[in-house]
Amino acid sequence: MGLAKRIIPCLDVDEGRVVKGVRFVDIRDAGDPVEVARRYDEQMADEITFLDITASSSARDTMVEVVREVAAQVFIPLTVGGGIREVADIHRMLHAGADKVSINTAAVNRPQLVSEASRYFGAQCIVVAIDAKRCADHWEVFTHGGRNATGLDAVDWALQMAERGAGEILLTSMDRDGTRDGFDLALTRAVSNAVSVPVIASGGVGELSHLARGVQEGGADAVLAASIFHFGQYTIRQAKEHMAACGIEVNMQ
Amino acid sequence: MQRIAVVDLGTGNLHSVAKALEKVAPGARVSVTAEHARISDATHVVLPGQGAIGSWLDALSGAGLRDVIASAIKSRPVLGICLGLQALFDHSDEDGGTTGLGILPGAVRRFTPVSDSVGPALKVPHMGWNNVAQRCLHPLWQGINQDVRFYFVHSYYVDAAEPVDIAGTTEYGVRFTSAVARENVFAVQFHPEKSHHQGLQLLENFVLWNGEVEC
Repeated sequence: MGLAKRIIPCLDVDEGRVVKGVRFVDIRDAGDPVEVARRYDEQMADEITFLDITASSSARDTMVEVVREVAAQVFIPLTVGGGIREVADIHRMLHAGADKVSINTAAVNRPQLVSEASRYFGAQCIVVAIDAKRCADHWEVFTHGGRNATGLDAVDWALQMAERGAGEILLTSMDRDGTRDGFDLALTRAVSNAVSVPVIASGGVGELSHLARGVQEGGADAVLAASIFHFGQYTIRQAKEHMAACGIEVNMQ
Repeated sequence: MQRIAVVDLGTGNLHSVAKALEKVAPGARVSVTAEHARISDATHVVLPGQGAIGSWLDALSGAGLRDVIASAIKSRPVLGICLGLQALFDHSDEDGGTTGLGILPGAVRRFTPVSDSVGPALKVPHMGWNNVAQRCLHPLWQGINQDVRFYFVHSYYVDAAEPVDIAGTTEYGVRFTSAVARENVFAVQFHPEKSHHQGLQLLENFVLWNGEVEC
């Protein structure tokens, strides 16, 4: 009983197509965001996150259409990140059926955006995504997929973003992302302890035990993963069963 | 044919509410609208809302919809969602204190973040899937299991003054009112349009509801 810890599959979308090889056994079109989202919905995902990695800004309208189509068929919360630069972008995504938007680089470039967006739309739909890398005795915020250092301390930044009205922090360890070695638990714990808003742990999940440790040792309120679900290694339901067996509250109905 | 009006005050995601209603009521006409005539003509009125309650109530007044909503609340099945629940009460602590529609007695308060020795034990917003204990028999709970989880996302909660109005409660640091029912009005704090099968079931129950209650 009580608020369940969430499991969130994340899909990368490029010009309207799911990329990074989603491989479900019997899927007709693994590149179709609607079909992939429906699979995760059937598997009892608690939310779905789309990351728009489209490079050209001219193709960005495609993502709005993707959100509109998914939201018409999948009745669980949808978060959209990538390319959110101003209040108008947020408005378009929410209007198309997204429940939350995640803001990364634009928040670093102009922190005021988070205050404005939160005041206008409410903190509940503003997620700030933080990409952090360990630097000596602390973690630094990076943008552009880990290429650009910002000089910001990740824990301080998370605090500042929560104060400005972020309703949630999506925290990715750039050191662990893609390694399948598990979350950076110290980073997750440091940010989770510092802020009073929920924290989603991301980056590095390679097996089910990593998800449980993110919650139990990292203090995460939700865990996000991509490849372990996309490649059919595990279903969301299996992940929930594992977490439940570890004594974590999950939504199993 | 049922005519369902989803009241549009320009805030948040109403696309999902409309699509969920279309899915459960393929024969109905669903309109997302701020038009007085549309709302007055509807057989069922959905009052959704997200964001800050002050600006939401301002938008309601700005659109000249207060009387239209008040008249719907007296006469037809009405479903409030999130702010559409909170706004029914006398007063909210949000935005430095806001006077609500005063249809139901009670107040809207903010969750207080709680920390223990390990770290924050209660995060705000209350975000995610939590149990709803059904406190009465109601046509809108039909086919929905006791204590099933729905999707919540909010920082303020309802503290209903009249126990008889309470249709559901949820625990998050405090036990709060997550659903109310009075006559032809039903309102919920959670988002049925985002709550998987059980949410769609509640919406379907609403569309089939004639506004009568045996509680």
